[in-house]
Amino acid sequence: MDQQLFDRFKKCAIDVLAVDAGKLTLEAKFKEDLGSDSLDLVEFVMALEEEFGISVPESDLDGVDTVGKAFNLVTSKVS
Amino acid sequence: MQGAGHRIAITGYGVVATCGIGKQNFWKGLLGPGLSGSHTVEIENWDATPYYAGPKEMRRADRCEQYAIAAAQEALEQSGDLPYDRSRIGTIFGTGIGGLRTLEGQVEVRVAKGKERVSPFLVPMMMSNAPGAAISMRYGFQGPSETICTACAAATHALGYAARQIAWGRCDAVLSGGAESAATITAVAGFENMTALSTTMVSKPFDATRDGFVFGEGAAVFVLERLDFAVKRGAKIYGEILGAGSNADAHHITAPSPGGVGAIACMKLALEDAGLNADQIKQVNAHGTSTPLNDAAEAHAVEAVFGSNNPPMTSIKGVTGHPLGAAGALEAAAVLLSFEHKLIPPTANTTVVAPEMKVDIVTGKARAWEPGPTISNNFGFGGHNGSIIIAPFVN
Repeated sequence: MDQQLFDRFKKCAIDVLAVDAGKLTLEAKFKEDLGSDSLDLVEFVMALEEEFGISVPESDLDGVDTVGKAFNLVTSKVS
Repeated sequence: MQGAGHRIAITGYGVVATCGIGKQNFWKGLLGPGLSGSHTVEIENWDATPYYAGPKEMRRADRCEQYAIAAAQEALEQSGDLPYDRSRIGTIFGTGIGGLRTLEGQVEVRVAKGKERVSPFLVPMMMSNAPGAAISMRYGFQGPSETICTACAAATHALGYAARQIAWGRCDAVLSGGAESAATITAVAGFENMTALSTTMVSKPFDATRDGFVFGEGAAVFVLERLDFAVKRGAKIYGEILGAGSNADAHHITAPSPGGVGAIACMKLALEDAGLNADQIKQVNAHGTSTPLNDAAEAHAVEAVFGSNNPPMTSIKGVTGHPLGAAGALEAAAVLLSFEHKLIPPTANTTVVAPEMKVDIVTGKARAWEPGPTISNNFGFGGHNGSIIIAPFVN
């Protein structure tokens, strides 16, 4: 895992989702563990698009329910 | 539709104003110097953190809603727990505009970064019903939750309609009031270009040299409660709403009807609703915006309704500026404070009342009085008129 990328990813999550850094494990589920609703996630994806200069169409988000899956998605777009 | 005729007590109120946060700070502000030197007055160093669980929740509320939530918290601290079925506690709120700061900010985002970057929270933040909705959600009030949007008359209309929910027997308690925070660059330009704002940047209601209003903001929230229930539970009662009037000029989008005929009819409706004669009114809390047309029409209307021996009249807008849809809420709070302190706050900045106005404007310093029924007026663009009569509680 690219730690530098993950740090940037985490910063977005902390800012937008207002969660403690300690909760941001790869296994953490957005809804159950981080208390994020669908609008939270829309805002989070927008922040990631901005931070990484990527575009994430809605269809890519199917099944992306954990921090790890979201980070993998970002990584795949960046590289 | 049948009314049940219940009396309405005010058992708590909270204020967020440019001249003071919290009702007693607001009162001190009303006794202090008037505004000058700017087209606008906004709350400096506003900090919403005491009113929100976390930064995410706070960020997703427009300023207008944050003010409403802060004022509601103060109001409910005073009233204490309302021991009623949640479905019988309503939230009837007023605003002139709503979350304009959010809308303007997101238009800038869209222009600069494209539509994909527009916040998914734009809609729930900008909608004018957001402040009232936020209060009902935070406290779980499941009675009617409606927002009245009648420009600068909104909060007065909301208070009147909220009181009616209790008088009719539909609710046992209602949270009501108004909030506004809309002095964005674009809105200020709009008011400026329509020549509504003071070019000399002084708010001086009813003064011979008045030349427009100063654009303000703020909120006040009231706990209205069925009076017999409030007495029974031993709640402190700050005042009683005796009646309200609402009508329309049906004349012009911004100018009042000539001679203030709409305002005259509105005040008479409120008197009739309260079952009072004109000579029983002991104070007029004026709309008094400091615009040439409003103040001339209102002064004429007050003289027409109350005769040559008209009661003392004040406008707090020399201090607060004009907070649009929150005006009636701040003014109702000023009325309750004038009961508590037995003083009518002065019309700040006003030195020479326009000689054609045959009304008794309180100027200079606060005037001692024996508190009695007070009428508060507000008039909105669109020709909306609202008057409400509030009295000290007498068992």
